[in-house]
Amino acid sequence: GPLSERHLMDVRLGELPAWLATRDLSLQGLCGGAQKAWSSYYDKYINVKRGGPAGISMLLAGYCLLSYGWNYQHISKISFLVSV
Amino acid sequence: VLHVTRPLHTAQQRLAPLPPLPEKGGEVRHGLIPEEFFQFLYPKTGVTGPYMLGTGLLLYFLSKEIYVINHETVAAICILSIIIYGVKKYGSHVAAFADKLNEEKVSKALAVKNEAIKDLEAAIEQEKKEQWRVEGRGFLFDAKRNNIAMLLEANYRERLLTVYNEVKKRLDYQVAMQNLKRQKEQDHMIQWVEKNVVQSITPQQQKESIAKCILDLKALSKSAQAAA
Repeated sequence: GPLSERHLMDVRLGELPAWLATRDLSLQGLCGGAQKAWSSYYDKYINVKRGGPAGISMLLAGYCLLSYGWNYQHISKISFLVSV
Repeated sequence: VLHVTRPLHTAQQRLAPLPPLPEKGGEVRHGLIPEEFFQFLYPKTGVTGPYMLGTGLLLYFLSKEIYVINHETVAAICILSIIIYGVKKYGSHVAAFADKLNEEKVSKALAVKNEAIKDLEAAIEQEKKEQWRVEGRGFLFDAKRNNIAMLLEANYRERLLTVYNEVKKRLDYQVAMQNLKRQKEQDHMIQWVEKNVVQSITPQQQKESIAKCILDLKALSKSAQAAA
């Protein structure tokens, strides 16, 4: 179908910038998109009858990676590495 | 008062209860990576593709020091091992416990629903019985009408008896009065006749009647003596 109506997974790599241009990038649009992403993740992995460790463990792993990325500059300094 | 400028109740009204929650969440391998990733890479690299990708990425990060091994690495390894051991050992128990809680909740609600259904069915039975009873109202009113007729009849007959008794009393009184009057007249007449007769007997007549009686007695005694 037309470019603007496809999901991210159905967009080819070359069309990615064009696809990004069609998205609603205002603050409201971004918040709406974040809300949709969270609710779809929640409905798929957490809001089920018999969930497992997968739901929150993925969130925690993502948090670990994100915090490592934010603190990389500080961690990679020699002064930090020496001070145990 | 609600001042509305936007239309209310525009969406389709949902009548059935909410759809039930899905039984299991999305498939996740090793607790961290969704199954979709493996399926995504399967056509190109087969089954071992994602694992090779993971190993390559790990070695690349380690060698290029994008991931720096420091004291936090050791802490992370210890914590992760303990967490994984705990989840593997007690995961099923916790899941069973949570399922039991859920089951209790659901069974309570179900019990309430069944209770309500039973009560309503009993009420329906009662209602049907009452409707059947209504058909008997003819008999009820017939019985009442019979009762009333009997009361009226009894009352009527009582009054009839009273009337009869009263009339008989009056008539008896009249009869008694007549009898009394005749009686009194008779007595008075007898007395008057006796009185007059006694008065009319003069002394002369008395002497003559006594002499006659003596003569008669003598004759009688003679005839009696003669007979004997």
